[in-house]
Order: sequence, then C-alpha cells, then structure tokens
Amino acid sequence: MRFLLDIEQRAFRDSLDAMLGAADTPAVVRDWSRGEHARGRALWGRIAEAGVFGLAVPEAYGGFGLRPVELALAFVELGRHAVPGPLVETVTAAVLLMEPKELVSGETMATVAYGSPYALDGDAATVRLTLTPDGLFRSPGHGPVRPSIDPARRLTALEKGELLTSAPPIERALALARLTTAAQALGVGLTLLDKTVAHVKQRTQFGAPIGSFQAVKHQLADAKIALEFARPLVLGAALTLAPEDIAAAKVAACEAAYATARTALQLHGAIGYTAECDLSLWLTKARALRTAWGGPDECRAVVLSGGDRRW
Amino acid sequence: MDLTFTEEETALRAEARAWLHAHVPADPLPSLETEEGFAAHRAWEAELAGDRWSVVNWPREYGGRGASLIQWLLFEEEYYAAGAPGRVGQNGIHLLAPTLFDYGTEEQRARVLPPMASGEVVWAQAWSEPEAGSDLASLRSRATRTRGGWLLSGQKTWSSRAAFADRAFGLFRSEPDTEKPYQGLTYLMFDLHAPGVTVRPIRRLDAKPAFAELFLDEVFVPDEDMIGEPGQGWRIAMSTAGNERGLMLRSPGRFLASAERLRRLWAEKGSPESTKAHVADALIGARAYQLFTYAAASRFLDGERIGPESSLNKVFWSQYDIALHETALDLLGEEGELADTDWAERYVFALAGPIYAGTNEIQRDIIAERLLGLPKGRR
Ligand SMILES: Cc1cc2nc3c(=O)[nH]c(=O)nc-3n(C[C@H](O)[C@H](O)[C@H](O)COP(=O)(O)OP(=O)(O)OC[C@H]3O[C@@H](n4cnc5c(N)ncnc54)[C@H](O)[C@@H]3O)c2cc1C
Repeated sequence: MRFLLDIEQRAFRDSLDAMLGAADTPAVVRDWSRGEHARGRALWGRIAEAGVFGLAVPEAYGGFGLRPVELALAFVELGRHAVPGPLVETVTAAVLLMEPKELVSGETMATVAYGSPYALDGDAATVRLTLTPDGLFRSPGHGPVRPSIDPARRLTALEKGELLTSAPPIERALALARLTTAAQALGVGLTLLDKTVAHVKQRTQFGAPIGSFQAVKHQLADAKIALEFARPLVLGAALTLAPEDIAAAKVAACEAAYATARTALQLHGAIGYTAECDLSLWLTKARALRTAWGGPDECRAVVLSGGDRRW
Repeated sequence: MDLTFTEEETALRAEARAWLHAHVPADPLPSLETEEGFAAHRAWEAELAGDRWSVVNWPREYGGRGASLIQWLLFEEEYYAAGAPGRVGQNGIHLLAPTLFDYGTEEQRARVLPPMASGEVVWAQAWSEPEAGSDLASLRSRATRTRGGWLLSGQKTWSSRAAFADRAFGLFRSEPDTEKPYQGLTYLMFDLHAPGVTVRPIRRLDAKPAFAELFLDEVFVPDEDMIGEPGQGWRIAMSTAGNERGLMLRSPGRFLASAERLRRLWAEKGSPESTKAHVADALIGARAYQLFTYAAASRFLDGERIGPESSLNKVFWSQYDIALHETALDLLGEEGELADTDWAERYVFALAGPIYAGTNEIQRDIIAERLLGLPKGRR
C-alpha cells in the first residue's frame, strides 16, 4: 500500500497545470459564456494533446485505456483553472460510444443528458447523447440555450433522436461522470481557497490585513480541512472505482467546494459578489457541479446502499 | 499509488482478527472511568500484552511485534471492528512512549515501557494547570533542584485517568526567570502515590471521575525520571503533542467501526429519512479519515515528517465524533437519554474532543498560520 502519487503522476499533473496556467482561462471562460467558442476550442485541442481525453478510452481507439487516477488528477486541474465546456460529458461519451476515436483527438465535443432535461453546452457539442434506462440516443440538434447559474455552463434541451443501443454501459459511464465531476469540484474548491487566502493577505481594514483576524482565519481553516479530506476520497475512488466510493467522493468534494465558495464570497466582501471579479468564474461553478451527475441526496443513497461492508 | 496491502500486512490483519474473535469479552466492560471498569480494562491490557497485541508497532524487546505503521492501522481497524474495549493505557502508549523512543535513555525505555505495555503501570498526562490551558507555556508548577533529583510543587489539573492511574508525566518550570515562557521547562515523570502528591478526582458531565486534579508538595523525583535535558521540556513536549493530534491518538479504525455501528442502528430503526444524510456522512467521513491517514502514513514511510497537518486531523475527528454520536442519540429517541448505554458513554466522551489535545480554536490558528500562511494576529 502506498497511497501517494508517483513521480509520473505528479509530472503529468504539473505539466497540465503549467499549460492551463499559461492559457488565460478567465478570458476563455468569458468568451464561452457569450457563446463564443473559438478560444475554448483551441484550449480544448491542447487539453486533448496533453492526453486527457484518452484516459478513459481503450488503446484500440487511440486512448490509453482506463487510467482513472490520471483522469481524476487531470480533472482537478481542469477545475482549478475553471476550464469551460462539456469536459465530463465528453469523457462520459467516450465510455458510452463504441468508436470514440474522434473524442480522443479533441476534434469532437460531446454532451450527454442523463436524468435531466438539459445537456451541457449542446450548442458547442457535435455529438449529443441522451442516456436513459431504455438506451442511448443521439440527437441531431438541440433546443435553445438556457443560462445556467454558472454563466460558463450553457444548458440546452435535447430531443432523444436515434437509438444507438438499448444496452449502454450506464454504470460505468455514470461512475466516470461522477468521479470526474468530483475531481473537477475539488479543483474548483482549491482555487477558491487559494484566491481567498491571497485576497485576505493583501486586503487591509482597521489597519491590519484581514487575514490576521481570527474569525477570518478560522473560516479558511475549515475550508482547508474540508478540501483536504475530500482529496483522498477522490483519489481513493479512482483506485477502487466502487460506486459507493465514487458517490462518497462526489458528496465530499462537491460539499467542500460549495462551502469554500460561500466562504470565499464572504471574505471577498462586495467585490466577490460581482461578475467582474474573476472569483465569480469559480464561485458559480461550485454550485452547479454540486447538482450535476447526481446531487448529494442521490449520492448519499448510493453510499448507504453498500450493505454490510467494511471500508 | 495503490491501496492493496502486502501479504505481510494482511497476514497481521488476519492473525489479529482471529485472536480478537477468540478473546474480546462478549459483554462490554464497565466504563473505564469508574474504579471497577478501570480494573477490568487493566486486566484486558494484560491479556492483550500476553499475546503481544498491546503495542504491535513497538520493537519486540519492549513487548511489541515490530509491526509497521500500516500494519498498526490494519490492527486498529480489526480491533475496533471486533468491538474490543477502549484502551486505558493509551496516554502512556501514545504520548509518553513515543517521547521515550525519541528522547529517553536506554535505561528509561527498558524500565518504563514493558510495564506500560502490560497495563501494570497506567500513565496520566499532567500538562494542564488551572491557569495554563490553551496557553500551556504559562504553566507555573515548579521543579527545584535537590540532591539526586528534583522537588515538584504546584498544581496540575484535568489529568485524564489520574483518579486511578499509577504514574504521570508532565512539564515543570525549572528556571523561573527566562525571557520566554516556553523556556526553562523540564519534562519529568513522577509517581502518583509518592509522598507529597494528593489526587482529587474530578467528575465529568456524567458524574464519572474521568480526570483529576493533582496537588504537588515537594514531591521528590530522581534524576533518572527526567526526560531529555533540563530546560528542554517544551521542545520535547511539542513533539509529543504532534503525536497526540496526529496519527496515533485516534486511529481511523475507531471511526470506521463507529460508522458501521451507526449504519446498523439506523437500519434497525427502519432507515428513517430524517437521519439519512447524517448516517451517510458518517460513513463518508470515516472513509475520508481512513484514506487521509493512509496518505499521511505513506508520506511518513517515505521519510517525511508529519508537521502542522496533524491539526487538520484533530479538528476533523473531533467534530466528526460528535456529529456521529448526536445522530445515534437522535435515532435512539427517548432511549438516547439513558446514561448507562455504550452510545451515551461514547457521546459524553466525544463532547470533549474539540477541547482536549489542543482546542479546535488553537488548531484552526495553526492551520491558518502554518498551512495557509496567514499573518499572525492578536491571540
Ligand atoms: C476530557 C478532557 C480530558 C483532558 N485530559 C487532559 C490530560 O490528560 N492532561 C492534561 O494535561 N490536560 C487534559 N485536558 C485539558 C485540556 O488540555 C485543556 O482543557 C485544553 O488545553 C484547554 O484549556 P482550558 O480548558 O483551560 O480552556 P481555555 O484555554 O480557558 O479555553 C477556553 C476557550 O477559549 C478558547 N481560547 C483560548 N485561547 C484562545 C485563543 N488564543 N484564540 C481563540 N480561542 C481561544 C478555547 O479554544 C476554548 O474554547 C483534558 C480536557 C478534557 C476536556
């Protein structure tokens, strides 16, 4: 047992971080929110080049086979940098589709509606899937774009369309969708904490940095605790891929990120309540991810369904 | 990165499971915070020690099995899953013993550790004083030089298990006029039955004498019971404090077992919707704590030191423990008021978690300043 990232895993994570850090993602997100997808697609291409979408695709289709730990690490970084687009959905589609070659290369964006009337970014995606207990469907088009509470998430209704298969691998798809959403949420939370720590160090009131006030410190300490205990759940779930581990990771990471978002907003004061401040790009996503791919209630039910088992 | 255990690791787990299955008392022992329960728990420590299950991670020469940290974690999982009794010797085993391994002499280890492992000598921690709680360095009890040793005078308080324990370890001011309060402190072990010691048990919320005040009047301590050098007590004690909050004091096994017990209680009560989220969160929290600890243990085995991150553990497990037990009492309804149940005993114990081992407010300061790098403010 060695529950620690190895050197390659760290290197992969760090290189992705460096690439995304140089990409001016806040500007990309703002474009994306207005429906201008050009810069987002370019960034998407670089993410594909870094190998991210191949981490859930069999080698026969140009992927790396399933590498869930690396996939989780990648999604933490995508969340940390607030990368827009149907990222989770494209990975999920790769699991659902038989020949996911185009998805690996990043040429194709896919979206998937599951248990919700809306799919993420149906206007940007070229493959639009609906997953139901009756099967997997592919729709030719999409309905009008409806704004999400997170402006970077553009929601669209899908018609069911053509039946692709009546027995899609729902369990597996759902597992990866939840795992990557949890990892993305963890990344969102980590950035919210970083940005807030930086803010409270430099914002001065009453003649002192607000970060020297204990009431401020303790809120941030609580955010740190919640995130640091969500992290091993995400990595542990990537290792076991057990549905209850993944559900636990989803609850913990999303709740930690959301609680951190509330703290971040509070400690930024009024500036944090504006769309002008970059913080907003992470704040609103924390709320949206909480309900995406199975909200807390649904995931807790999965945790409880585990039976008489010892973790 | 992997979560699979080696054959050696799982072998110890299997052996522990079998032994515990054969030896764990069928009926729970009486509370260890009572005289009768203390004696019963001391006998249990002896039984554990007889087959080297009392201190599995210690070297064999002191009664252990030389088990690795990972094996210890697995042992603890089995221990609590089997419903085995709480450990009356834990203050000595988790606080004093690591200090002696790091700072004690060969002679001290040989003399102190084996009877600690067997429960023959149960230790109490004598750090806090009436005027020195969170601000521990402000302590005033004195150690004065005398021929062949020291004379201790002053008052200690909140000393867990001291009502029935045999010996204690603590910090004393040996140099009265230092520049900083944490200088000039010396770490000493003393006998709770020595002339000049008065032990006054203090009853906790449920009226059990879970801790005690110690009045010390010129209590003689021989030099051989000093740990490390005179005046170095603070540094030595702080290394112990890391242990208290960090890996050893509250192993994940305990919370995994409690969460599973809570889930069974919830099912017995008809799986009520009102407590569903809390029960699920107890399971999630136990898993999170287990994996967090595996990560910490992996870093430790890689040679990294566990520093201020141990404050993350402390706040996490103490809050977790209360939430879990509150949920249990909610599920029990009116039965939950009965004080003589296991659940109630554990609930009362959990309530103290955010206070001892450094209050959670102090831990949050450490997290904010040392892990997040926020500026020091007025305390
Ligand atoms: C069940 C139990 C067992 C114990 N066992 C032992 C033992 O075996 N040996 C031993 O030596 N001691 C023991 N203690 C004592 C324990 O270590 C102290 O209670 C603890 O250090 C807090 O000190 P205090 O109780 O004097 O509270 P105080 O220090 O008076 O604190 C009271 C409140 O003020 C807050 N506070 C204090 N300073 C600050 C600050 N700077 N910033 C923010 N908030 C602050 C605290 O967080 C707390 O909430 C035990 C306590 C309990 C409850």
